[in-house]
Amino acid sequence: MFGVLIRIDAVTKRYPDGTVAVDRLSLDIPDRAITVLVGPSGCGKTTTLRMINRMVEPTEGSILLDGADIRQQPVNSLRRSMGYVIQNAGLFQHRTILDNIATVPRLLGWSKPKARGRAAELMERVGLDTSLAKRYPYQLSGGQQQRVGVARALAADPPVLLMDEPFSAVDPVVRKGLQDELLRIQDELGKTIVFVTHDIDEAIKLGTMVAVLRTGGRLAQFAPPAELLSEPADTFVEDFLGADRGIRRLSFFPSDELPLQTGPLVRLDADAAQRTARSDAPYLLVTDADGRPLGWAEPDRPLDRERLLDHGRPFRPGADSLRTALDGAVLSPTGWAVAVDGDGRAVGVVSQQVIGEAIRAAHGRAGAGVKAAR
Amino acid sequence: MNVLDFAHSFFGDPAHWHGYDGIPTRLVEHITYSLEALLLAAVIALPVGLVTGHYGRGGNALALIATAGRALPSFGLLVLMFIWLGFGLVPVMIPLVVLAVPPILVTTYEAMRSVDPSPVDAARGMGMSEARVLFQVEVPVALPLILSGLRTAAIQIISTATIAAYVSLGGLGRYIIDGLYQRDYEKVVGGATLVAALALATLALFWAASRLAVSRGVRGSA
Repeated sequence: MFGVLIRIDAVTKRYPDGTVAVDRLSLDIPDRAITVLVGPSGCGKTTTLRMINRMVEPTEGSILLDGADIRQQPVNSLRRSMGYVIQNAGLFQHRTILDNIATVPRLLGWSKPKARGRAAELMERVGLDTSLAKRYPYQLSGGQQQRVGVARALAADPPVLLMDEPFSAVDPVVRKGLQDELLRIQDELGKTIVFVTHDIDEAIKLGTMVAVLRTGGRLAQFAPPAELLSEPADTFVEDFLGADRGIRRLSFFPSDELPLQTGPLVRLDADAAQRTARSDAPYLLVTDADGRPLGWAEPDRPLDRERLLDHGRPFRPGADSLRTALDGAVLSPTGWAVAVDGDGRAVGVVSQQVIGEAIRAAHGRAGAGVKAAR
Repeated sequence: MNVLDFAHSFFGDPAHWHGYDGIPTRLVEHITYSLEALLLAAVIALPVGLVTGHYGRGGNALALIATAGRALPSFGLLVLMFIWLGFGLVPVMIPLVVLAVPPILVTTYEAMRSVDPSPVDAARGMGMSEARVLFQVEVPVALPLILSGLRTAAIQIISTATIAAYVSLGGLGRYIIDGLYQRDYEKVVGGATLVAALALATLALFWAASRLAVSRGVRGSA
């Protein structure tokens, strides 16, 4: 599927005091994809990342970029060809947002107007209002600063982006926004991204490939996230993934093949005859005149908007995964999940049992797929 | 007569406003000595402070030098230098520079050490040379503290430069020393007032310089 852009070949980093941060690590980092390095603290993930732009020099082994040893080119030109994003953004507080983003183009000798023009383009790309251009970092929130950090790394359009725990210092809501934004930008730009995190959920959400490292800098497993969840290589990976990896794996199964029932859908203004015609379902999903779900009602009682049961969080077939669908069913007091279209109008309902059958079917297909790929 | 009367009659006497012993001449002499000493001290202390601070090494050695420098009495050093070197500007400059180097050196080192390491790491990771990291990332952020070190040194030099008069040189110290010798208290008070005013003017000058030179982004973050 992908070519190999960065080859980490039997790399060891041993410090003068004898500590081994990375131990004979070999990884083929695919082109135009997000590779996540994840593991507990002391597993050498940041050291590995910093060896790629030579902020740390390996003791043994070599790193190849596009087939050529990274030591063959001058260190500063290597670094200018790789975007670098760190925790807390590391912005220059004495420079405006625009000039922060223009840093690498200016280092590459672009004129000031050209570099600033490019910087303004990037502000839009990462979802920053250009009215912030003349502000200073201290005037921005943590999430905005981190967006500036990403824009700064992308400014010279480098093929490679190195990201060292970029989102770990912001609160969970902002972090989710930044992760979604990164996935969107990656869809548009197709960079080769190496991403370090200690958060396995972030790794599974963002990674095309995930490398799990164990303490002492050894590779425990290198696999796509779905395979990591279904077939952890050993108990270390299994423990690191946490107790609910079965549930999390459902994120990789699409919900568009779920058989939806439209029978139980009724409008709030429906008369008794319309309701009894649909009484084969244990509950009716009541919607407003536009078709948006309001809540569940029992079929043999008169409709009362005040006495509807909460319908839980609806899912969007196709856009959401089986995990979201199952979550909706579990949260709903009736055990049924509500499917909606892009405008929030109900398109059908599905029971926990049916979702369960879909999960078993998806497992069967995925299991066969993984075996066939080997 | 009180101090204000002394000052009033000193500044009111037109004879004090011209000639080789006039206020303008003495003021210019004083400023010249002070500027020369500050410049010399900065040329010695700033590069050492910047480089040791940048690499984070030699902090203990600097602290030792600074303590030793502060412990040396300026007046004693002046007399010693005068005996050793004779008349001239050099025996005056040596104690003034020795006095000014420690605050510049120590504050510059501390200013560089207090710079947030993450922008520095980001700068290196983006491919900035060490010189660029130093001058484009660290110094702009460390500037308020560096300037405060220079300001402390400048004020100390201005008040201590009065001792130049002891070895027959000019400056505002002339009024104080001659006045004491001649029991002319008008002169003593006038000279002391001028030194104090010059020190205050220097404070104002540094305040203005830091408004101009320090980025709004750095002032806002502090």
